[in-house]
Amino acid sequence: MKIERIKTDLLIIGGGTAGCYAAIIAAGIQNNPQVAAGTKILIVEKANIKRSGCLAAGVNALNAYITEGRTPKDYVEYAKKDADGIVREDLLYTISEKFNEVTAHLEKLGLVILKDKDGKYIARGNRNIKINGENIKPLLAAAVAKAPGVQVLNHVNITDFSVHDNKIDGAFGFGIENDTFYAIEAKVVIVATGGAAGLYRPNNPGFSRHKMWYPPFNTGAGYAMGIRHGAEMTTFEMRFIALRCKDTIAPTGTLAQGVGAKQVNALGEVYETKYGLSTSERVYGTVVENLEGRGPCYLKTEGISAEQEESLLKAYLNMAPSQTIRWIENGTPSKANVEIEGTEPYIVGGHTASGYWVDTKRATTIKGLYAAGDVAGGCPQKYVTGALAEGEIAAKSAVEYIRTARDCFVANAPRNDDKIDYRRHISEKEIENHVTEIEKFLGNKKGAQTAENLEEAMQLAMDAYAGGIKTGYRYSENQLNRAKKEIEIIEALTDNLSAADLQEVMYIYELKERLTVCKSVIAHLAARHETRWHSFAENLDYPEKDNIHFRKYVNSRLENGEIKIILRELTAEGQKNYEHQH
Amino acid sequence: MSISIDQSICIGCGKCHDVCPGTLIKINEQRKAFIKYPKDCWGCTSCIKECPVHAIRFFLGEDIGGKGSKVHTEKVNGLVRWIFELSDGSIKTIDIDPKESNKY
Ligand SMILES: Cc1cc2nc3c(=O)[nH]c(=O)nc-3n(C[C@H](O)[C@H](O)[C@H](O)COP(=O)(O)OP(=O)(O)OC[C@H]3O[C@@H](n4cnc5c(N)ncnc54)[C@H](O)[C@@H]3O)c2cc1C
Ligand code: SF4
Ligand code: SF4
Repeated sequence: MKIERIKTDLLIIGGGTAGCYAAIIAAGIQNNPQVAAGTKILIVEKANIKRSGCLAAGVNALNAYITEGRTPKDYVEYAKKDADGIVREDLLYTISEKFNEVTAHLEKLGLVILKDKDGKYIARGNRNIKINGENIKPLLAAAVAKAPGVQVLNHVNITDFSVHDNKIDGAFGFGIENDTFYAIEAKVVIVATGGAAGLYRPNNPGFSRHKMWYPPFNTGAGYAMGIRHGAEMTTFEMRFIALRCKDTIAPTGTLAQGVGAKQVNALGEVYETKYGLSTSERVYGTVVENLEGRGPCYLKTEGISAEQEESLLKAYLNMAPSQTIRWIENGTPSKANVEIEGTEPYIVGGHTASGYWVDTKRATTIKGLYAAGDVAGGCPQKYVTGALAEGEIAAKSAVEYIRTARDCFVANAPRNDDKIDYRRHISEKEIENHVTEIEKFLGNKKGAQTAENLEEAMQLAMDAYAGGIKTGYRYSENQLNRAKKEIEIIEALTDNLSAADLQEVMYIYELKERLTVCKSVIAHLAARHETRWHSFAENLDYPEKDNIHFRKYVNSRLENGEIKIILRELTAEGQKNYEHQH
Repeated sequence: MSISIDQSICIGCGKCHDVCPGTLIKINEQRKAFIKYPKDCWGCTSCIKECPVHAIRFFLGEDIGGKGSKVHTEKVNGLVRWIFELSDGSIKTIDIDPKESNKY
């Protein structure tokens, strides 16, 4: 394996929505004459930024936008209510204030947005605008290509941070197709690897096992690397379970908000109002209707007009094409209601609030490491525009961090030299350790276990004992204890796995990442002794909400190999700024 | 849910390989593309949109209601044309104007 050392200033791990935008913004700042120019920015992406991550197939609405007559405060209130209080208002405010600005930027980059004859955006519901987002990722990638000083390493999978004394100074990874190990030294790092899918047994575990809603290639790497280096994490117990079209797991918002389709049970009764309209209640209602024998459940589309149907078929082609194919093969929505089901639980900080515990500037508790998008916690309902907004905030904070670090260095060693290198040097020994681990997997003799089998075993354990589809998302303490044991057993087996090439080595690392995330999820589920969100965290030992003890953030940090739970008080109502206490 | 590649048409340009968000497509020694991990396909259709010679088809697995249709896209007069080759031999097309937003 070749070994390549790279030095950069700002390293962005994950070139998805937040990561690409962070690069575009950071490059824009360094064009500003007041900032030292020549800042090197490097995006490292495991796939190719043209179509990687959540936006690969496209999206068909911007779910977070401040429509006419509404204010950012309304959005904060909405998200807070939906999460029953467990949010960080400072984080929600700072993204809400940017939704419309980043939308205007997207339009400038070429995004098509639906407008009325006066040129105003047409809203879908109270917070959404309609777009043709099929090409949203290629548009972002093209803007990255034009941004000065930005380099992109595609098909390089990052597996570890380089952290010393709780300060990050780079990362390690390998090219999955070019037989190269990368040791990247950086002054500041933004992690933007998205959330984690594939922890639980999916809806369709057979041939179509990857036909899940969240990208199966977002394996929770960013969470896992942070957890292992002792970063504080928040709200992993608030899992995201999506209500989706059965089989294709396509989003349902287009049906519910586009043609106003209501959730009905097999008897044709509208049941959504019975359980409440929050995101988790909509899932929960569907679970209960099924359990009590009134399933299957549907979105009522029967009888929509031919024109509506045609628009639906097109809208889905721009976002979740498999749903349109399913309609064409099995009967269209005007003739048959669309069956819905809950997905397996995902961990995704852009929908619910799981992820890094960050301050308002999106600094994590590891010095020099910033987080943006689905990997960052405390701030649900981010969606595309929120991920962009966080990319922007993290980019500005990171550039500022480089500047103050430089000023600080220059003050201590007064030399008027912009080129002073204050990055810590990654040692040969550290590189060797990482390379040895990779080569071990390449050298291991093929044994009884494969990464694929162990992944399936992990998903089965999570499904049965940590509140998967199998148990209607419910779990008890005894079950969670069992889940923890099973995951530990599986984890111990990963060392003996063998790989034929670096792509297979990546699969082993992905499995390890998921196992790390699973352990945190289990610990968080066990720590919240209440049921605040049905289905998302349905604790059979504590079926009621407990406002006295659990209007709190459940946070965690790995200490001496054990996950330590930290219960933190909610920030004050209306609080606009939060700083870490170091 | 996966894709199939008609190697007799493939010109080995590698574009499908480049864009797949899971890096599931490889190019063999004869410079023909093949999907190495068919069960790992997410169904995003990125590869299909890239292929300059329309060699890639997308299909739903039987486990999620697939009935054997094959789907791809072509650009026709600035429109994106989705072409559905149904299992009974008939063909259905849907044209989308990329300059127009979704109605829903
Ligand atoms: C199917 C789907 C439909 C959606 N529809 C809408 C919609 O209509 N409207 C809306 O507003 N929002 C929608 N969302 C939500 C929105 O797309 C996401 O919240 C947002 O894009 C997340 O951005 P991100 O940057 O955090 O993650 P991503 O865009 O997924 O980026 C993460 C990137 O990190 C890379 N990566 C991961 N691990 C590594 C590693 N170890 N090394 C290197 N790179 C790595 C990934 O390949 C990926 O490119 C949808 C999401 C999905 C999944
Ligand atoms: S449809 Fe998407 S995930 Fe499947 S092979 Fe093509 S590019 Fe890859
Ligand atoms: S994009 Fe088409 S022509 Fe190019 S390698 Fe892939 S299948 Fe072959």
